[in-house]
Amino acid sequence: MADLSTTIHKLKLKNPVLTASGTFGYGVEFDDFLDVSMLGGIVVKGTTIHPRQGNQYPRMAETASGMLNSVGLQNKGAKYFASDIYPVLTKYNTNILVNVSGSTIEEYISCAEIINELDHISGIELNISCPNVKEGGMAFGTSCASIDAVVSAVRSVYNKTMIVKLSPNVTDIGELAKAAVSGGADGLSLINTLLGMAINAETRKPVLATVTGGLSGPAIKPVALRMVWEVAKAVNVPIIGIGGIMNATDAIEFFLAGASAIQVGTANYIDPLITLKIIDGIDSYLNRHNYSSISNIVGELQM
Amino acid sequence: MRKTVRNLKVISNLRLNDNHHLIQLQSSEPLETIFPGQFANLLVENSAIVLLRRPFSIYSVDYKENTVSFFIKIIGEGTRVLANSPVGNFISTMFPLGNSFTIPNEREKILVVGGGSGVASLMILSQALCDNSNEVSILIGARSSTDIVSLDQFSRYGEVFTTTEDGSSGLKGYVTDHPLLGAQIGRFSRIYTCGPEPMMKAVAQRANLNSIVCEVSLENTMACGFGVCLCCITDTTQGHKCVCTDGPVFNINDLKWQI
Repeated sequence: MADLSTTIHKLKLKNPVLTASGTFGYGVEFDDFLDVSMLGGIVVKGTTIHPRQGNQYPRMAETASGMLNSVGLQNKGAKYFASDIYPVLTKYNTNILVNVSGSTIEEYISCAEIINELDHISGIELNISCPNVKEGGMAFGTSCASIDAVVSAVRSVYNKTMIVKLSPNVTDIGELAKAAVSGGADGLSLINTLLGMAINAETRKPVLATVTGGLSGPAIKPVALRMVWEVAKAVNVPIIGIGGIMNATDAIEFFLAGASAIQVGTANYIDPLITLKIIDGIDSYLNRHNYSSISNIVGELQM
Repeated sequence: MRKTVRNLKVISNLRLNDNHHLIQLQSSEPLETIFPGQFANLLVENSAIVLLRRPFSIYSVDYKENTVSFFIKIIGEGTRVLANSPVGNFISTMFPLGNSFTIPNEREKILVVGGGSGVASLMILSQALCDNSNEVSILIGARSSTDIVSLDQFSRYGEVFTTTEDGSSGLKGYVTDHPLLGAQIGRFSRIYTCGPEPMMKAVAQRANLNSIVCEVSLENTMACGFGVCLCCITDTTQGHKCVCTDGPVFNINDLKWQI
């Protein structure tokens, strides 16, 4: 058995497999299927200071080897999370991160302040990359100045580990990664979904109520790998790789590109047990190649 | 009611007509209790492009043989692959998912209305209603007689009536043209329906006008089937609810339908 533990700033992960925000609910939805405490960590659903009803439906369109969603950060708000959901999550013996989003810098700050009070939450993932809300979200994540502003503002009120989740809908992700780090990010997670669109030729209408949505699934893995590789060259903070990871081999590819940990997203919908299979598969790979630890392969792409 | 993912073996695959198959799957372990209206999410394997599972109502259950069956209408690539599953193959099945229809214990007169592939969820419903000593009437609507299947099975649980748009079986017209939803509607204390949304809305409108309890089983595109992706929402009096976990069965009073 290889050493699967890894570190993201102050976070000690028993293994490098986390779950992507919005694809794992609050963990409890998976209790029937697996022991959530066996994971390296979970990132719970995008949380905003005010409750959000989310977008109208249809909210989902399956595309070739992928899916578009336009959920729009439906959640009951940070106060409800703290009072009604958080107490249930304390049963898990793993890292729980909250994905924090907002429409204004003040909303990000208020939300982060509430989460900062919750002892059992080990960190936040700052969502500056949601493509499905009109104001905020991705609007913050696509220019260096606005990234620096929102990240440094939240940094001033949040003192545990702060991961910043980057948008792929940009021209130079390396520059944006640097802006997030200079704003105070302890680590970066990438990529969020790619902005896409589906059209029904018969009805001549867009499939999604919001017309555009975020593309996820194996279709986006090559883009995600390229971006993780570029960001790994640009900054010196730990990276969490996300994007179309369906099995252990996909995960290994992200480690080689420079990720210290990974998040599994869309695959959770198809196989709720996939995270445990990926953990086992990473262990098998390391043993097969005589590596004693996951750190032996992070960024070890042979050029 | 624990949800599970299990590989079930295809033990029969019956082609009902050009685009409908009835597949029967067997579990090597005892089945979880399945309630009427619940569904399963089936994995589509050996397809280059299909990613997500496909949801299907559970058509019938046999706890002695540990079998479940699904009525599959071929709509696209995913349903085509599943409908053509060879006997002996295994299908990864996530079940049982969703809530269920209310099954009254008192002897009530209940009308069950199905349209198109919506009849799939109504077989075990009719069976459960019948087993609980309710008096069941079953009204099935279709385009043509060739689209109507399994009538003899339905007739075990209640009196069966049909309407077809071309008049090839039963009354010519829509289900809402049938006297059961017209002059005779007052004899029912409940109406349960599953089918195309315009049909369910028309049925719900009749129920509403006559103050009859009405439950509908909704369909929606879903990525997960267990309340995580929040894609399959519907508008309710309590805000957006997931069709997969808060439904698929809803009382019409909870929906924001303009009826």
